[in-house]
Amino acid sequence: MANGTPERILLAHGGGGQLTNQLIRSHILPHLGNEALAPLGDSACLELGSASICFTTDSYVVKPLFFRGGDIGKLAVCGTINDLAVAGSRPLALTLSLIVEEGLEVHTLDRILESIGQTARQAGVSVVAGDTKTVERGSADGIFINTAGIGIRLPGVELGLDKFAVGDKVFINGTIGDHGLTIISQREGIRFESQLESDCAPLAGLTCMLLENVQGIRFMRDATRGGLAAVLNEMVEGSRLGIEIREADLPIKPVVQGAADVLGFDVLNVANEGKFVAVVAPEAAEKCLELCHAHELGRSARVIGEVVESRDLPLVELRTKIGGRRIVQMPYGRELPRIC
Amino acid sequence: MLDRIVNAQHQIDDACKQLDRPVTIMEVCGTHTVAIFRSGIRSILPASVKLLSGPGCPVCVTDQGYIDAVLELTQRDDCLIATYGDMIRVPGRHGSLETLASKADVRVVLSSEDALQLAKDNPGKTVVFIAVGFETTAPATAVAVKEAAGQDVENFCILSGHKLVIPAMRALLSGMNDRIDAFLCPGHVSVIIGFGAFGEIVDEFRRPCVVGGFEPVQIIEALAEICRQLASGQVQLKSIYSAVVTEKGNTAAQTIVAEVFEPVDGYWRGLGKIPASTLALRERYRRFDAFERFGLADQPGQDDSGCRCGEVLCGLIDPPQCVLFARQCTPQHPIGPCMVSSEGTCAAWFKYGRRD
Repeated sequence: MANGTPERILLAHGGGGQLTNQLIRSHILPHLGNEALAPLGDSACLELGSASICFTTDSYVVKPLFFRGGDIGKLAVCGTINDLAVAGSRPLALTLSLIVEEGLEVHTLDRILESIGQTARQAGVSVVAGDTKTVERGSADGIFINTAGIGIRLPGVELGLDKFAVGDKVFINGTIGDHGLTIISQREGIRFESQLESDCAPLAGLTCMLLENVQGIRFMRDATRGGLAAVLNEMVEGSRLGIEIREADLPIKPVVQGAADVLGFDVLNVANEGKFVAVVAPEAAEKCLELCHAHELGRSARVIGEVVESRDLPLVELRTKIGGRRIVQMPYGRELPRIC
Repeated sequence: MLDRIVNAQHQIDDACKQLDRPVTIMEVCGTHTVAIFRSGIRSILPASVKLLSGPGCPVCVTDQGYIDAVLELTQRDDCLIATYGDMIRVPGRHGSLETLASKADVRVVLSSEDALQLAKDNPGKTVVFIAVGFETTAPATAVAVKEAAGQDVENFCILSGHKLVIPAMRALLSGMNDRIDAFLCPGHVSVIIGFGAFGEIVDEFRRPCVVGGFEPVQIIEALAEICRQLASGQVQLKSIYSAVVTEKGNTAAQTIVAEVFEPVDGYWRGLGKIPASTLALRERYRRFDAFERFGLADQPGQDDSGCRCGEVLCGLIDPPQCVLFARQCTPQHPIGPCMVSSEGTCAAWFKYGRRD
C-alpha cells in the first residue's frame, strides 16, 4: 500500500461511495476526460445538430438475479431510463448487451428477457440494438447486463448543481431503502415478517410530467448505490451549499427500518432503484408534491429538507427526531456490494 | 415520545444543577455509541454531561497481536477465513483482510453457523472462524463448536477473541480512568448475562450502573436515571430495559458458553492484559482452537502507527484529540480499528459528529 491506496480493486470500489469517486477521478478521468464527461452527471448531455440529447450507460450485476419486486432485466431497463430521466430528458431507446455464463438455464434467460421487454414497453422505450457474449463457467455469475440509453432533452429545462439557492426545498418521490434491504435480506436468506419489496421502477413518466408542468426545478438525481446519503453529499459537494434534512420527514417503511436495524445498516446509505431526489424553488415545492401524489410512483413523496448556507465545508446535516443534530457522511462504499 | 424526552431532559438539567460539577458517563456498547451519535443525543445534553464511549466495540478492543495472527493465516493457501464483515478492514502491519483478500480465501459471514457450513461445503480447506465479540456472540460460537465436535467437522476451527465486558469495566475503574462517574450498561450483553451481573461494579466501585435500551428515548431516560442517582447520592444497579433484560439473563446461553469456553487472561487494545477477560476453548474442544492448530502466538501486538485507539477505548481522549483523526485516518483509509468498525468510536465521530 502506498499512501493508503489499495494496490488492487476492492469490492468497495463499486459501491457508489468515496472509493468509487476516487477510482473515477484518479484512474478514469485522467485518460478520458472531456467536456461532456466532466460534470460526471447521470447522463452526458450532447448537442447533435439541432437536437439536444442525453446519453448514458450502466451495467448490472445484481445478485440474486430475481428478487421481490424485480429482476436483473427490469433493473437494467429502469436504471438506465432513470439516469436519462433525472438529467431532464425523455428516454427514447436502449441498447442491450448480455454477458451470459456457460450453464445458465435458457428458461432463466427467457424470464429475464421477458421482463426486459415488458418494462421497456411500459416505459415507452425500444431496445434498438444489442449484443450477446458467453463466458466460461465461473467467469460470470449467471448473467451480467449492460444497457445504454438515449433521450431527448425536454425543451427549456436547465438542471444543475449551480442552480441551487439557500431556501430551496429538497424532496424525494417516496420511501427509501426498499431495494437494498430487499436484496441483502434475500441474499442472506433472512425473512422478515412483513414483506420487503424492491422499489425498482422507471421514473421518466413522473420526472417528465414534473418538468413539463412545474417551473423552478433546479436539479434531480436518482438515489441508487450509496442511497440518499450519497446523493445529498454529491449535491453539497457540487453546489458548495449545505443541506439540512429532517429525520421525522424521511419516508421509511417500518419493515425497512426494522430490517436495517437488524442488519446494522443506516437506511440513508441503502440503495434505491425507483427514487429520485429533487431540489426545487420554495414556491414550486407544493405543486411538485401535488403532482407527485397523484402519480403512482410518487404517492409517498415528501419535502425532506432545505438548502442552507454552508460553513467552511458544505455538509449534509440531519435534524433528528429528538431535536438533536448530526451530519450525514458520504458512505464509504462497501455496505452492500452487487446491489444493482 | 417527545414528552418522555423533554421530561428526561428536565431531570438531567435538575440533577446537573444540584451536582454543580461535570458528570462523566461511559457507555460500553458499540450499539449505544452509534445510537447516541445517530440520534444526536450529545447535542441536546447540558455541557456539563460528558459522554465517553468505552470498550464496547468488539472489533476495536481486539488487540493488534490477534489481528496479526489473523493476517498470518491469510498467507496459507490451505485456509478459508470466515469473518464478520467489520474485521476485514482492520489494518495490520502488511495490510488488512480486505487488501490481502486476493492472496487468501476470505469470506464474510453473518454467523458462526455460516462458517461451520462453509467447512462442510469445503472439505479440502480448513475453515477458520474469526470469533470476536462479547457475551452476545460467544454463545453462537459455542454452539458451532459443539456442532462441529458432534458431527466431526474436523476442518473447522475458531480463533477465539471473545471478550467479557465486566473485567474491562473493572480494569477501567481500577486506575485506568478515574473520571468515570457511572456506566450506561450494554443492553445486548445484559440480555445474555443478566443485569444482576453488573452488581459487583456497583457494590465494589460505588458507581451507578443502568442498563438501557437502544431507542433514543430509552438512552436519554437511562442517562436521566444515572444523573438522578449521582445527584441524590444513591448508587444503584437498575435496568430500564426490563422488557428485554432480566436479572439472571439467558441461562441456556450462559451454560453452553461455560461448557465450551473458559475465561483466561487476555490482551485488549488500550487496556493491556486483563485477568479472566477472554474466552478460550476448554480442553475437550481444544482441537478446534486455531491458535493451537496453526501454532499462532496469542501475544500483545506491536502498533507503531501513532494510532491512539487504545486511549479512545479507555475514554482518556476523544477521537479528534488524535492527530491522525480525519486527516490520515478516515473510514476510507483507517489506521486504527475504531475507525474501521461501524460501531467504532472514531467512525461514529467521523460519520455523525459535527465539524464545528
